[in-house]
Amino acid sequence: MDNLQNALFQFCLRQGDTHLILGHRLSEMCSRGPTLEEDIALTNLALDHIGQAEAFLRLAAETEGRGRTEDDLSYLRSVDEFCNAVLAEQPNTDFAYVVARQFFLDVYQCLLYQRLQNSSDPTLAGMGARFLKEVVYHQRHSAAWVERLGQGTTESHRRIQTAVNELWRYTPELLSTQPWEAALIEKGFIPDTREIALEWTVQVIRVFSRAGLRRPEDPPTASYAGHSDHLAHILAEMQYLPRTYPDAKW
Amino acid sequence: MVSASDIEALVWERLALIPDPEIPVISILELGVVRNVRYDGKLLELDITPTYTGCPAMQLFVAEIKAAMHDQGLDQVKINTVYSPAWTTDWLTAEAKEKLRRYGIAPPVKNADSGDPFAEPPLVPCPRCDSDHTRLVSQFGATACKSLYTCQDCKEPFEYFKHF
Repeated sequence: MDNLQNALFQFCLRQGDTHLILGHRLSEMCSRGPTLEEDIALTNLALDHIGQAEAFLRLAAETEGRGRTEDDLSYLRSVDEFCNAVLAEQPNTDFAYVVARQFFLDVYQCLLYQRLQNSSDPTLAGMGARFLKEVVYHQRHSAAWVERLGQGTTESHRRIQTAVNELWRYTPELLSTQPWEAALIEKGFIPDTREIALEWTVQVIRVFSRAGLRRPEDPPTASYAGHSDHLAHILAEMQYLPRTYPDAKW
Repeated sequence: MVSASDIEALVWERLALIPDPEIPVISILELGVVRNVRYDGKLLELDITPTYTGCPAMQLFVAEIKAAMHDQGLDQVKINTVYSPAWTTDWLTAEAKEKLRRYGIAPPVKNADSGDPFAEPPLVPCPRCDSDHTRLVSQFGATACKSLYTCQDCKEPFEYFKHF
């Protein structure tokens, strides 16, 4: 791979892994949603994210050109090789955590795909336009829940504020500029993350104010290094079958 | 002598007979997922585009298309997934929308969805009694393409095929 191909590979892994890990977390909510409708909603979200992961990881595998498939990238990489946003792997502590995690990622993905649909690369532009339609629905859903919990009972307010406070520390990593980005931005392939980060904060604060939530203190920028322990547990479950029974078909 | 374009025409006709696995009143052709058919005398290539990226029906589409082509004696079939242009419910014909409504699924309301995540949900008429007095129950339904609504006049719950 040349420099540009390697950067594209990294970008696809970053996005694909975030969708995959978030999709897995959401799939854990299947049969555990607070209501039947919400259970269905969360599993719908899981499906969308796993579909988006498949598309990104397929493009990553094609770009790499070493004969790996999207399944190989999902099932046969270890913790160190995963590039997902650390926020996506945070556990489903309670429904408020599920909502807050989803909301922060939905706003990011809406802003990313609004821009990616104008990418100078036709494949990325097509994926951006395609995924934007899906994530707009996701954001409408999660933002409505942030507001509902924030303006609900004392207990629901306390829980969503706690979840927001606890998950806020992972948002700088979600919005951080990656070392390989410059080459892709220069070519007009992807948007500048700094531009997304600015608008992300504006939009999130707007929903906080409608929900009556306080913006948490920003963490010191150096507070993050590598994945949390949660990722290894996710991979152990997700990869168990294909690693134990290589080439299993079902 | 059968030309490549004869074969392509035959393929389009055959595709019109494959029902959508979830909504059997419309065909996968009416759904608009098949974007292109090419035959070079040996290999048949089809471009399909997903309705929703993670829609599990896509794998079934591929299997059913291959089986239908096999019945026509076409065994060398390659199916490509394309994302651009993105699938839109605007590709559903007026006839397909009417079939959906008669089946009890409210068809997509055009331009109801601006793509703004902060916009209000669209006003969807009840497919049974045509009342506008309906309420969104959940944005997500039994399949990725549908929301759940309820009619406050005839009191029936119904599914809405989201504008997309």
